[in-house]
Amino acid sequence: MSAITNPVTLTPAAWSLPYRGKVAMACLIVAESSIFTIFLVAYLFYLGKSLSGPTPREVLEVPIFFTICLLSSSLTIHLASKFLERGKRAAFLGLWFLTIVLGGLFLFGTAREWHRLIYEHGLTISTNLFGTTYYSLVGLHATHVIVGLLMLTVVLIFGLAGRVGLEQARRVGVLSMYWHFVDAVWVVVFTVVYILGR
Amino acid sequence: MSSDAIAIQATEGAGRPWVQTLHEWITTVDHKRLGILYISYALVFLLIAGIEAAIMRIQLMRPHNDFVSPQVFNRMFTMHGTTMIFFVSMPVLFGFANYLVPLMIGARDMAFPRLNAFSFWLSAFGGFLLYFSFVGGSGLYGAGNAPDVGWWAYAPLTARAFSPGHSSDYWTISLLASGFGSIGTAINIIATVLCMRCPGMELKRLPLLAWLNMIMSGMVLITITPLSAAQLMLLVDRYLGGHFFDTQAGGSAAIWMHFFWIFGHPEVYILVIPAFAFVSEIIPVFSRKPIFGYPVMVVATVCIAFVSMSVWAHHMFSIGMSSHSNAFFALTTMTVGVPTGIKIFNWLGTMWGGRLIFKAPMLFCIGFLFQFLIAGLTGIMLGSAPFDWQLTGSYFVVAHFHYVIVGGIIFALFAAFYYWYPKITGKMLNEGLGKLHFWLFLIGFHLCFDLMHIPGLLGMPRRIYTYEPGRGWDTLNFLVTVGAFIQGIAVLVFVANMIISYFKGEVAGNDPWDAWTLEWSVSSPPPAYNFATIPTVASRRPLWDLKHPEDPDSRYE
Repeated sequence: MSAITNPVTLTPAAWSLPYRGKVAMACLIVAESSIFTIFLVAYLFYLGKSLSGPTPREVLEVPIFFTICLLSSSLTIHLASKFLERGKRAAFLGLWFLTIVLGGLFLFGTAREWHRLIYEHGLTISTNLFGTTYYSLVGLHATHVIVGLLMLTVVLIFGLAGRVGLEQARRVGVLSMYWHFVDAVWVVVFTVVYILGR
Repeated sequence: MSSDAIAIQATEGAGRPWVQTLHEWITTVDHKRLGILYISYALVFLLIAGIEAAIMRIQLMRPHNDFVSPQVFNRMFTMHGTTMIFFVSMPVLFGFANYLVPLMIGARDMAFPRLNAFSFWLSAFGGFLLYFSFVGGSGLYGAGNAPDVGWWAYAPLTARAFSPGHSSDYWTISLLASGFGSIGTAINIIATVLCMRCPGMELKRLPLLAWLNMIMSGMVLITITPLSAAQLMLLVDRYLGGHFFDTQAGGSAAIWMHFFWIFGHPEVYILVIPAFAFVSEIIPVFSRKPIFGYPVMVVATVCIAFVSMSVWAHHMFSIGMSSHSNAFFALTTMTVGVPTGIKIFNWLGTMWGGRLIFKAPMLFCIGFLFQFLIAGLTGIMLGSAPFDWQLTGSYFVVAHFHYVIVGGIIFALFAAFYYWYPKITGKMLNEGLGKLHFWLFLIGFHLCFDLMHIPGLLGMPRRIYTYEPGRGWDTLNFLVTVGAFIQGIAVLVFVANMIISYFKGEVAGNDPWDAWTLEWSVSSPPPAYNFATIPTVASRRPLWDLKHPEDPDSRYE
């Protein structure tokens, strides 16, 4: 017997399925959200349970500027991929580069904050429960930012070499989904750590 | 077959150096080969974990036995549990999903073949790491040892003070690696089912196996990741001096339990849903009737997946939660019984009035039905908090979950082996040996696990390496051990059957069971490209439509 033939004829044009990259990235985001949830629960559960100082109220400062950087990078990457879809490669590359700069600035902000906490307040991951949960949670997020920046940079390099065109628009869209997720997680982490947790 | 098979048949085997064959298998991204790799890898670990179980049963065969030391006994139950869950059940189920899902939905491969290979090798590496702990577990301190903290590794057992050396770290890292592998495969299965279906294969026409594996994969995304997160925290504690589970610094041991069981309980459903999938494919074919209540089956599975994520703390009734928590988790636990009951009735409804064919796959499915029901009933008993307070940590619990895993999942798995072995190898498994395997395994299973409930009720705690004589446990434990060995012999019969049938078995042909799903439309074993032309389907049973053009299913759906 050969391929299946049957009474009902279906024109292939009527058959469209979702793009696998998008579905897979959505799945990855679900899985990652679950990891972040566990770290957030641990952070909230251990709030105020440290047996020794320093406490969040004493040492944390709200990183408003760097948060604005990261959140606006969501806008720039969105516009970049829209420009790519319309074939405007120069605008795409410019905004893409801007996204990387904004993400890099955010990372610099985290680094500076950690430096201050470690050298001025003596807070390390082993100091107390606050240190353990804070560095794990913020560090997990920063790891995701680093991974995102690496991938964005790869695209930038290919873009500068003239290899990113219309046909890559869908894949670039998948990457921008990931970046949006990294930003969205920051909204939650920011709220929990810097607003509710202080 | 095959007026239109593409004429690029690989020159199978003949005259090629074995290195080349090996290279092909190691670098393969073909979903069928990866499926076979998953399954064989799981079978190797099944043998290893089976030997560990046998060692424990020999030790417990009579009171005051000294077959192994308490230390070795601890390592055996830890390794047995960890191996059976993560390196036997998960890979074997992923293996079948890998092999069957693309074939059943009319696709040429998974959505991400290279991710598929990556996930497999990550899981394989995890298994290797776990067993490397026998050599490297103690690091530089001396002779190696394996993890001995139990498969759920409660804090503070895993703290540096109580678990020196690196044995717990091998456990942690191997589960992290295999966990990431599982997430990769889960993403792949969901993307495959949603994005690779052949024309006409709407979601309402998907074979139940594809549906259920997709639901299982969704659960993997949500519930394996908490374990990965908890493992990361444990690594922070052990290597960076963190305090997540360090009660000395205000940390909580109970939160490890929560994180572990948020993973641990849904994990049971991750394992049993693919077993449901096998049964849902096999029972209709051997009852000569389409599945009863297809949409309800899907909905019930989604309900099980949903409810099973809010039952985890029934593993923790005895740690002193509030009565509200106890009531909540007892209620949700019993709620799972409802959709599960629906499924059991649907399978019975499929068999009702059907022309039943009692071949090995069907026998194992029927065994599954009865045993899974009993396992579910003891589960509901344990779900009631006061009953659980009496029996938690006893052999009753051990008997209960082995009833689920062996009596339910393993029976369904054997059914799947008998059913799909002809597709995978092109040869039928020997029916006589199959029946022998079934009856031996059934007798061994019931001798072992029915009786195991009783010492539990009499107060025998789990994880003890020996016991005093004269407590009424002696004869029962001896019989349990005998049952375990009968099961071992049955598994050897099965292995022998697979080997003998591979070389001397009857040639299967495309469709030995007169079945209805797309995998039976291609040759056995299927060509590398699966389908020469992508099929188009118009009902849930495309092969029925093909075989009965005068009365196709599509007319009624």
